[in-house]
Amino acid sequence: MKDEVTTREDRVEALGGMGCKRKRVEDARFTQGKGNYVDDLKLPGMLFGDFVRSPYAHARIKSINIDKAMAVDGVVAVLTAADLEPLGLHWMPTLAGDKQMVLADGKVLFQGQEVAYVVAKDRYAAADGVELVEVEYEELEVLTDPFAALESDVVLREDLQGDGNGLPDGAHGPRKHHNHIFYWEAGDKEATEQVLEEAEVVAEETVYYHRTHPCPLETCGCVASMDKVNGKLTLWGTFQAPHAIRTVVSLISGIEEHNIRVISPDIGGGFGNKVGAYPGYVCSVVASIVTGVPVKWIEDRMENLMTTAFARDYWMDGKISATKDGKITGLWCHTTADHGGFDACADPTKFPAGFMNICTGSYDIPVAYLGVDGVYTNKAPGGVSYRCSFRVTEAVYFIERMIEVLAIKLNMDASELRKINFIKKEQFPYKAALGWEYDSGDYHTAWDKAMKAVDYDGLRAEQAQRVEDFKAGKTRKLMGIGLTHFTEIVGAGPVKNCDILGLGMFDSCEIRIHPTGSAIARLGTISQGQGHATTFAQILATEIGLPADSITIEEGDTDTAPYGLGTYGSRSTPVAGAATAMAGRKIRAKAQMIAAYLLEVHDDDVEFDVDRFVVKGAREKFKTMKEIAFAAYNQAIPGIEPGLEAVSYYDPPNMTYPFGAYVCVMDIDVDTGVTDIRRFYALDDCGTRINPMIIEGQVHGGLTEALAVALGQEIAYDEMGNVKTGTLMDFFLPTAWEVPNYETDYTVTPSPHHPIGAKGVGESPHVGGVPCFSNAVNDAFRAFGLTHTHMPHDHWRIWKTANELGLHG
Amino acid sequence: MSNKMHIKMNVNGEEQEFLAEPRELLIHTLRERLDITGPHIGCETSHCGACTVTIDGKSVKSCTMFVAQANGKDVTTIEGLGGPDDLHVLQSAFKEHHGLQCGFCTPGMITRASKLLEENPNPTEEEVRFGMAGNICRCTGYQNIVKSILAAASELQAAKEAAE
Repeated sequence: MKDEVTTREDRVEALGGMGCKRKRVEDARFTQGKGNYVDDLKLPGMLFGDFVRSPYAHARIKSINIDKAMAVDGVVAVLTAADLEPLGLHWMPTLAGDKQMVLADGKVLFQGQEVAYVVAKDRYAAADGVELVEVEYEELEVLTDPFAALESDVVLREDLQGDGNGLPDGAHGPRKHHNHIFYWEAGDKEATEQVLEEAEVVAEETVYYHRTHPCPLETCGCVASMDKVNGKLTLWGTFQAPHAIRTVVSLISGIEEHNIRVISPDIGGGFGNKVGAYPGYVCSVVASIVTGVPVKWIEDRMENLMTTAFARDYWMDGKISATKDGKITGLWCHTTADHGGFDACADPTKFPAGFMNICTGSYDIPVAYLGVDGVYTNKAPGGVSYRCSFRVTEAVYFIERMIEVLAIKLNMDASELRKINFIKKEQFPYKAALGWEYDSGDYHTAWDKAMKAVDYDGLRAEQAQRVEDFKAGKTRKLMGIGLTHFTEIVGAGPVKNCDILGLGMFDSCEIRIHPTGSAIARLGTISQGQGHATTFAQILATEIGLPADSITIEEGDTDTAPYGLGTYGSRSTPVAGAATAMAGRKIRAKAQMIAAYLLEVHDDDVEFDVDRFVVKGAREKFKTMKEIAFAAYNQAIPGIEPGLEAVSYYDPPNMTYPFGAYVCVMDIDVDTGVTDIRRFYALDDCGTRINPMIIEGQVHGGLTEALAVALGQEIAYDEMGNVKTGTLMDFFLPTAWEVPNYETDYTVTPSPHHPIGAKGVGESPHVGGVPCFSNAVNDAFRAFGLTHTHMPHDHWRIWKTANELGLHG
Repeated sequence: MSNKMHIKMNVNGEEQEFLAEPRELLIHTLRERLDITGPHIGCETSHCGACTVTIDGKSVKSCTMFVAQANGKDVTTIEGLGGPDDLHVLQSAFKEHHGLQCGFCTPGMITRASKLLEENPNPTEEEVRFGMAGNICRCTGYQNIVKSILAAASELQAAKEAAE
């Protein structure tokens, strides 16, 4: 080993640690078709499950006849609620404190609801069986509008009406109507209303964030395998939180947790869709217990879009007050949240509207109020965080639209209005009016950098000229400039206020250093494309001084990984990344003692230097981490146990608050409604940057999902509760043809409480991107009197906006 | 038994012969009968392209083709493009330029790109975007996919020129 002659820089580079653009270790298998997704799993004797689903959005089930289905060659069993009831599994708890039917128990509450589960020898026989299950329905009045639902005599959830002595409380307190789920509030309502009453200027708007869906390219699915000889259940599946799934399965099945092994294999994208527990998982487990052989269930795309995990559907009534010169004095928001037939939101227990109370955004707003009413309707359950922390995209969309609406009311430039109201660098840590304490930020620096990069003044001048040209009949294209400054709240979260089903939202990492100086680290998270095997190894390389290429990262197997709450809400880097660094530091602390022993000096006389411990004041005397690793296994060191392992469970002291400044420049053809994104500039500050290549990839992807949501993607229902967007024909997923190239940029404001200062990035571009695209569309029509128009801004809706503004002559 | 058909096809250079119901979809033949799990199922409606394979020189979405229609044909999947010892230029380029994240669309994406570069060895960015519009990716936003394909095109061109 020629360490003596290599420079420090060379040694840093050889590690492939934090900050470098390390190529992904995952890619070899994915590019060669050797990924291992759940549908790739094939076990001996495996059966297939498939669902009979309700064609009606609200109906009573009069009868179910399975005789013809059972006669199909290859069909093994047909399960209905009546079969699950003796096991107590016809209903299951949701993550939001509600319960949900596994199979229809007397009635159905949304189109596509699971009615019966057909188990057969292959997927064709299962589909044939599904066709022949005869279900007699009695249609009931359908409620798809949450406001109407709160007025209606029609009772959706008959199971929640009590014994006639008043309406029983829900999981989050009193309910005010039989279709009401919860009321939740933050801030000071009275003080806010007082400020609004006395304000010089108040802008009001109703901002609807439409229902959509995460739609990862791989749908949800599982393989359940009950080994009756050993009493062990193995469950492979598309789980963003494998340990939480294990606990849920144990709680509802009664199988002891040590007899359940949950494995998340490669996951083909999650975006929030794969956080929850779905009837398919429960039915597959039951079917495997009943049949004694493995049972596979894989959703098709239509089932995925219609039933598992919608997102958004928030009606946000807003009022924002300011002085005449633009200083914001108060913010008021009341949200009506449409949760569908069951409240299956994936939020921390104490937050039924997630972290919607981050809706004061990047601004220093002295007083604010947020109230949220949750409502049952005849739509699919869910309310997941689609590429965002819990309801954070709703919050950011709301405040960034309200800022634009206020700018119009004040007749002020929207960039200027933001600058006047940004929380200043010296105000951090900043206690917001709705309760959160922002850890760090430098909004003015980021904003000024963005405005300069895009030549903001030049863009406004060009836009003004365009309006003149349009009015003069020289062009039919308008120009929109979309601005957004977002502040996210991610990394849930501190156990003191964040839990899911009573499980604290810490995360974990366990490291084993092998004698020859390589290592394996196991985490409680699970990558769905984020590249954890690459980036967590980089964190460790820097922390423990072994090359990233010598560190294997393993996730997703509850028999081997330490308990963790999984990957969603941009929590992997803030929580598991911190656990990784802390476990690495435990390794380093022990390595320091070993090094001191080997170098025959006191522990305090050695210090860590990239990949070794050196003697202070005599740097030529050192032991590399590789040498130390071997010593840990071959030396009897007094007072030190053999081996080199560590585990850390990290309970974050606070959330992290990534932020960013985005600008979108868009041309809009007034006669066709077609949008052309000329330029998109995205500056992200995610604190310490672990792998710039992966960060950039996350930003590109998040922006594209934002483009989809803002410009066309929605889950739409007709008045009968029929899903109108059940296939990729109708549900908009942009292709390479519709997507622009993005310009990425950054500032670095580390999180002061995170061991490596990282804040998380995967969801920022989605959260910031949605309002930015939407603001661009709205801004294009500002000169013609438009204040606000709802998303999604598809060509038809934009054409309609232009038409209503009288722009079609 | 039921109306099974005698099917013969060549998949990744190997002759395959079996009896199958004519309604069996080619993607299921590949994945479940032949254990070729590189092509994936993303939509079952020909929109997403995760199941893209090459049949007799054309890009085909195998989720909406009956195995009966593939009778007698030559089928190439991602597994036939290259492996650990003979990576296809595109397979290397996708890794080099971070052209993938979750990996679910990647086999179909690379299989389609390989045909695109045969149809048009020197494409512009616009031609790549148009030529790849039948393959959906939910993770990357396409920017690095386009970059990967253009880089692979340059590399293939350079190799071709060097050979001439």
